[in-house]
Amino acid sequence: MNSFFKYFSDIFHGVKSLLIGMSVTGRYFFSPGQIVTQQYPENRKNLQMFERFKGEVIMLHDENNLHRCNGCGICENNCPNGSIEVIPARITGEDGKSKRIIDKHIYHLGMCTFCGLCVKNCPSNALGFGQEFEHAVFDRSKLTKVLNKTGSSIIKGVE
Amino acid sequence: MKEIINLPVSKIDEEEYHINMGPQHPSTHGVLRLVVSLQGEIVKNLKPHCGYIHRGIEKMCEKDTYPQIIHLTDRIDYLSSHISNHAVCLLVEKALEIEIPERVQYIRTIMDELTRIQSHQLWWSSFGMDLGGLTCFFYGLRDREMILDIWEETTGSRFLQSYNCPGGVMQDIHPNFQKKVHAFLKTFKKKIKDYDRILSGNVIFENRSQGVGILSKEDAISYGVTGPSGRGSGWSCDVRKTEPYSMYSKVQFNEVLRYECDTYSRYMVRMQEMHESMNIIEQLIDNIPAGDHSAKMKAVIKLPAGEYFQQVESARGELGLYVVSDGNKTPYRMKFRTPSFSNLSVLDHISRDMKIADLVAIGASLDLVIPDIDR
Ligand code: SF4
Ligand code: SF4
Repeated sequence: MNSFFKYFSDIFHGVKSLLIGMSVTGRYFFSPGQIVTQQYPENRKNLQMFERFKGEVIMLHDENNLHRCNGCGICENNCPNGSIEVIPARITGEDGKSKRIIDKHIYHLGMCTFCGLCVKNCPSNALGFGQEFEHAVFDRSKLTKVLNKTGSSIIKGVE
Repeated sequence: MKEIINLPVSKIDEEEYHINMGPQHPSTHGVLRLVVSLQGEIVKNLKPHCGYIHRGIEKMCEKDTYPQIIHLTDRIDYLSSHISNHAVCLLVEKALEIEIPERVQYIRTIMDELTRIQSHQLWWSSFGMDLGGLTCFFYGLRDREMILDIWEETTGSRFLQSYNCPGGVMQDIHPNFQKKVHAFLKTFKKKIKDYDRILSGNVIFENRSQGVGILSKEDAISYGVTGPSGRGSGWSCDVRKTEPYSMYSKVQFNEVLRYECDTYSRYMVRMQEMHESMNIIEQLIDNIPAGDHSAKMKAVIKLPAGEYFQQVESARGELGLYVVSDGNKTPYRMKFRTPSFSNLSVLDHISRDMKIADLVAIGASLDLVIPDIDR
């Protein structure tokens, strides 16, 4: 008698638990707005990333194409993956002294793990993170970038 | 030809046959290969073959300075990246005897608990999926998204943050941080009830998990199964209680213990841990003291020669870090005691004489992360 009773109560509880679960899925089925997080490719036009988002390392330039990098190479030493190569050059400054400037600041995006050490340790805050995240390319060499823009120079007063 | 066949050919029974579960199997959650000996549908024994994504992180650490090591520890157990970062920082700070600002300790503890919640959310999602409930996967990932957004705003990354650095954290928290965490707690308290309604009380789930994969407390201790898996066997092994670090000695929370020792009890431990983590965050989030987000550190960090050990409670169990320093800026030797590696070792023991479908449930209940095993 007891097992007979248990048999039916098991069936009853089983069906009840399934119905409880289905009430949850049913609720979301009829209110799909609660389940969608983002509709990514559709919202590409007005997609705003967070300001601190680490998309890629960039060198900050102002509107006159001036940056703050003096080619000291600290970022290169701090990078754990060798993603940065700093190639400095020497010029003669206005006061006649020889001065180090940046010739090429080469950045290998494909080797970067976005640890943030280069940005944090740059003594003159020349680097920052860009918001671009669609980095897929067909040719790996496109992932090697020169961060200081052509024709750019260092802001006066930053050494 | 002989080298390729590395199956455990001790004594091949005529009735027994070996199949490879993995390296590309959805329920191993990564590239783990389990060579399973079957008799019909019954698992007779099981040999894990690891190393498919061995990257030599311990060796790489030997050439990196301590701040650089942190970004590698992200990639060991990628679901508890904050916690592994935290372990390195604690070790360095302990060795150098630096005083850490209180604000940093609050931030780190909150981040650790958020990590635990999102790791358990992902585990819940994939557990449901492994047992055939794909709905769970969508619901779990949807709620996890809120935590990832919080992180993205403060740390800049969603997954591998490298947010901790020796002496503090990389950047101060974002002004929106507290508001967003409150919003998350409010929402998730409602959503976690859905989790229980969908999966925990479900009759199919209960029948597939209760009494399956019994791990006794003695075995848990002798195999070193820590974390929620060990606590599901009644072993009190929470490092946050036994060796408190950061704020854990000052907040009130319970160590979740269950005594049924089966897959269901390991499941319930994790579900209740999410409540406990929310409880911890609630105690801290409104009281973050003002101050600096980092202590003053030397530009080059050198640990005094000697041996150091630091353990933390990651989302999977006890993560131990052992460093031998010869006084240079890079460690002489670095060894990780990762929880998933020990937890995997018990899989053979507890899945013997179970059905192969139960093996999936047992594997999911151990919450293995494969890079954590191979590192
Ligand atoms: S980016 Fe900064 S750290 Fe790197 S070379 Fe320029 S000034 Fe030095
Ligand atoms: S973010 Fe890290 S890995 Fe990337 S270039 Fe900077 S230091 Fe190197």
